[in-house]
Amino acid sequence: MKLSEVVQKLSLQVVTGENNLEVDVTKGYCSDMLSDVIGNAEEGGLWLTIQKHQNIVAVGVMKALAGIILVKDRQPDENTITKAREENLPIMISPLGSFELAGRLKALGIEGD
Amino acid sequence: MTPQKIVAQAQRLKLGMIAITDHNSAENVGAVIKAAATTDLVVIPGLEITTAEETHILGLFGSLASALAMQELVYEHLTLGDNDEELFGLQVVANELDEVEGMCTRLLIGATDLSVDLVVDAIRELGGIAVAAHIDRESYSLISQLGFIPPNLKLAAVDISRQLTLREARARFVEYQDYAFLSTSDAHDLSQLGSNPVQLLMAGEDFDELVLALAGRDGRRVIENGD
Repeated sequence: MKLSEVVQKLSLQVVTGENNLEVDVTKGYCSDMLSDVIGNAEEGGLWLTIQKHQNIVAVGVMKALAGIILVKDRQPDENTITKAREENLPIMISPLGSFELAGRLKALGIEGD
Repeated sequence: MTPQKIVAQAQRLKLGMIAITDHNSAENVGAVIKAAATTDLVVIPGLEITTAEETHILGLFGSLASALAMQELVYEHLTLGDNDEELFGLQVVANELDEVEGMCTRLLIGATDLSVDLVVDAIRELGGIAVAAHIDRESYSLISQLGFIPPNLKLAAVDISRQLTLREARARFVEYQDYAFLSTSDAHDLSQLGSNPVQLLMAGEDFDELVLALAGRDGRRVIENGD
């Protein structure tokens, strides 16, 4: 499924990377420890987190993620937005928590590992 | 741990300087400074601040007033309510005679809503230095929470817990070789106090000398591997 479809079906607010949504999303990962994401997230996956520090962009790029969804309406820091724009990395926001959002992603056919 | 016992134990271990860094609070620092007033022990005021990312940052200061100013900012940004004494224990505020003056009612185990960048900036604006606490640990460390140390963060040092020697830490964290490494006890009870002391080459024992030693300036430095 294309990230753009996920955005539409789950009513995600796209903050950055709006012209980089035509990528296939197959996997997802939930974690708020970036060291864990570096170790365990899969390439091309979606990452659900409450962390909004600019380091999430570096981790997203390093792991070649399709995008990052900030849950519970977390607003990214200003320099997080700047860095994500530089990298054209999609950052999206959802009012839902990780558990609920992961359930809905799973229902759309996106799997964990 | 009480002010009198901390000072007595530090003297028994022949420590020259200690830093008092309670979680998100400096309310007990003044009592320890007073308890040490008639001794040679130098007490550095500080706090161990929980940032919004749940990393622990040590703020060390040249004066109690600065530490208390930092505490004021931290208290304004501790958002999760009051302590539950049954769950988390008593948060006693003591005086220099080990008498209980009162209880801190805030939930000090909680996190502030201040980003690590804001916390480091605030510490520095108050004339203090920021140290990333126990970067080798799997919980509440800058590296566990944020994957790596943000390159522009103005840290005076990174702290290594008693799980590792500085030599082991140097081997494990080669990418952070430019930082000063500080080994500390992170003591939560008296038996741990002084268990992992760092040796510093300084011209005296005070905050300014500590700053120079961590910066490796003017011949001051951290002594590693017994060199």
